[in-house]
Amino acid sequence: MRTTRLVVVGAAVAAALTSLAACGKDSTSAGSSGGDGKIAVTATDTECKVARADSSAGSVHFAVTNNGSKVTEFYVYGEGDRVMGEVENIAPGVTRELLVDLDAGSYQTACKPGMSGKGLRNAFTVTGAKKAADNASELSAATANYQRYIKSQTAALKDQTSAFVTAVKAGDIEKAKSLYPVARTYYERIEPVAEIFGELDPAIDAREADLEPGQEFTGFHKLEKDLWVAKDVSKSGQIADKLLADVQKIVDEANKAQLTPVQLANGAKELLDEVATGKITGEEDTFSHTDLWDFQANVEGSQAAVAALRPVIDQRDPTLGKTLDEKFAAVFAALHKHRQGDGWKLYTQLTQTDLKELTDTINALAEPISKVAATVATK
Amino acid sequence: MDRRKVLGLAGSGAVGAAAAGVVGATLVHGESTAQAAADISAAVPFYGRHQAGIVTPAQDRLHFVAFDVITNRRDDLVNLLKAWTVAAARMTAGQDAGTVGAVNGSLEAPPDDTGEAIGLPPSGLTLTIGFGPTLFRTADGKDRFGVAAKRPEALADLPRFPRDALEADISGGDLCIQACAHDPQVAVHAVRNLARIGFGVVSVRWSQLGFGRTSSTSKDQTTARNLFGFKDGTANLKAEETDLIRDWLWVSDGWMADGAYLVTRKVRMMIETWDRTSLGEQEMIIGRNKGEGAPLSGTKEFDEPDFTVTHNDGPAIALDSHVRLAHPTLHNGARLLRRGYNFVDGSDGLGRLNAGLFFMAYQRDPRKQFVPIQAMLAKVDAMNEYVRHVSSGLFACPGGVSGPGDYWGRALFG
Repeated sequence: MRTTRLVVVGAAVAAALTSLAACGKDSTSAGSSGGDGKIAVTATDTECKVARADSSAGSVHFAVTNNGSKVTEFYVYGEGDRVMGEVENIAPGVTRELLVDLDAGSYQTACKPGMSGKGLRNAFTVTGAKKAADNASELSAATANYQRYIKSQTAALKDQTSAFVTAVKAGDIEKAKSLYPVARTYYERIEPVAEIFGELDPAIDAREADLEPGQEFTGFHKLEKDLWVAKDVSKSGQIADKLLADVQKIVDEANKAQLTPVQLANGAKELLDEVATGKITGEEDTFSHTDLWDFQANVEGSQAAVAALRPVIDQRDPTLGKTLDEKFAAVFAALHKHRQGDGWKLYTQLTQTDLKELTDTINALAEPISKVAATVATK
Repeated sequence: MDRRKVLGLAGSGAVGAAAAGVVGATLVHGESTAQAAADISAAVPFYGRHQAGIVTPAQDRLHFVAFDVITNRRDDLVNLLKAWTVAAARMTAGQDAGTVGAVNGSLEAPPDDTGEAIGLPPSGLTLTIGFGPTLFRTADGKDRFGVAAKRPEALADLPRFPRDALEADISGGDLCIQACAHDPQVAVHAVRNLARIGFGVVSVRWSQLGFGRTSSTSKDQTTARNLFGFKDGTANLKAEETDLIRDWLWVSDGWMADGAYLVTRKVRMMIETWDRTSLGEQEMIIGRNKGEGAPLSGTKEFDEPDFTVTHNDGPAIALDSHVRLAHPTLHNGARLLRRGYNFVDGSDGLGRLNAGLFFMAYQRDPRKQFVPIQAMLAKVDAMNEYVRHVSSGLFACPGGVSGPGDYWGRALFG
């Protein structure tokens, strides 16, 4: 957490929202073919089979079944990995659906077993009429696109925090430790939004070292300390309950919040600042050393915010978007050297050389990202 | 655009007029350099046959930075060199690093100049670039930029010298930039802005701040003292010695024509033990007296050392004294243009001053100049007990930038 400069904006932008396209309803009846109009996606740990590679413009309905052993995610990407729609947190054996509005154009679908990396990609083509875009609609579409992202992330945040809290309260330390970085992933991806809500963010995410005199130590990092240092969660139930309640509140608030394009752009930069100041130094997860989970999540969140703005960026600065694509790819490439199993190396396993390389790639990305806000600012 | 609106007021005569010149004006950096000493706030011309910052009368402050190139793409590197050249020309003229400036841009955008030099004059800022051996071929043998064949023979890796205690992470580098100025904030501002422009293409490997020039590079300058308390650089190559400069400083042919090779050595001084050494022994070690700086064979600073003079049945200038071992007569006449600075990097955790000399020497061919001199010093110099070389760098500093259409490294990459 950090002092916030974002403010909630009013209903004007909200009114411009197009319909929220993502839905994450659990479903037991997986549409296996196009008979019901749904495009079946069969995900395993190594494959991502999409029943069709094309569709006509308008609402496109996917049904994603996870036949693998890892939790997976399914994305539809536009240019520059702009997230058009996604379903998070698809557990093994579960089918979830995604409804997404797609204009004519070229897209990619991706399954992400283990919820990390570029994913298993397939081309997806949408044919038909292309809507004419104007400046105002591009800007409001950016906000709407990001709003969908918030919705999907907060849904997963709630589920994963709930699972984590359940494990803590059951006294299952090993399970709780494995769920801790996963739940945080969803929080870290949307941190600029979370930080809008002044009191909730510190309650959820304050680091012990940042507490003011008299401030109570609650939230993720208190439980982190209980799990990794005290190795005793017998008295952690109350903190766990409060964490889940606070997360529920922030989820509700976040889904009401609207960010302006400039706020989105600044959020993208601030997420990288978080990486540069908190994760590179190992200060975020000082007891568990799971900082690379947060690192990845911050960069993904930054990328999602930039991607939402991509059409506006491309309109106003034709080279900036491509530069950003390249620099994001370089960060992920540097980061993925430290992948370990379904997670990441611990901060304490990284060498000074590793940290320097990560710092260099973040600097290389953050400089062009710092130009996005002025680029998208209304002229 | 100019950090100070009325630069002309700061200058006097030709230099003041040059400093107030229009953006991008071609200011020729002449062979004669004495004029800049007249006003330490004035600009030193950036363009010229040679890079500024070599024979330019040594300014009082240094920020030296070594970079690693972190891309394999030649175009990215060349574009950075071009962008750097433009920013360097601006900053040495006392302007903001970018065309928008520190405070005149959009409120939504970060400024293209970091702002700490607002209101400060050019302060004699010079920015000098050099290319390290690893730019031509990496340690593991890769020719990333297609320039391996252009590596000059004189840019041969320095040998290991006895007693070297080099730390790899503060040694070497693919590129270096030497920023010298009379105001430390101006030098730091320049390095900070150049590093920022370079993100994604280069990464700072190490950098060093220096103060109190320890060498004079012009006869107009008095000889300064190093942290041993002795005058340093009395016998230094000086800008006015044009024959010696021609023979021992500037490269005469190839893409390095009009350039020079730079050797840097960070020399930690064992300050506390030195300070409890008797005056007589200190003078014996150096070979000069401490007050005047005269060789122990003479009485005045600029007296030529006479190694035949005896004192108490021994040589007045001891056989293992620094002055004798480094003297040109022992090295086929070899001279160096030294441009070192004192450094104090705080304390070392044991309560000792982490201090010494950041040695920099420009020369025509290190194989015939720095290497034989240092080989002899490292072997027998009585001073070795009080110094430790902890960092080493070697760079090929090309000729000057001719004008606004030219850029740093064009001779190598163009």
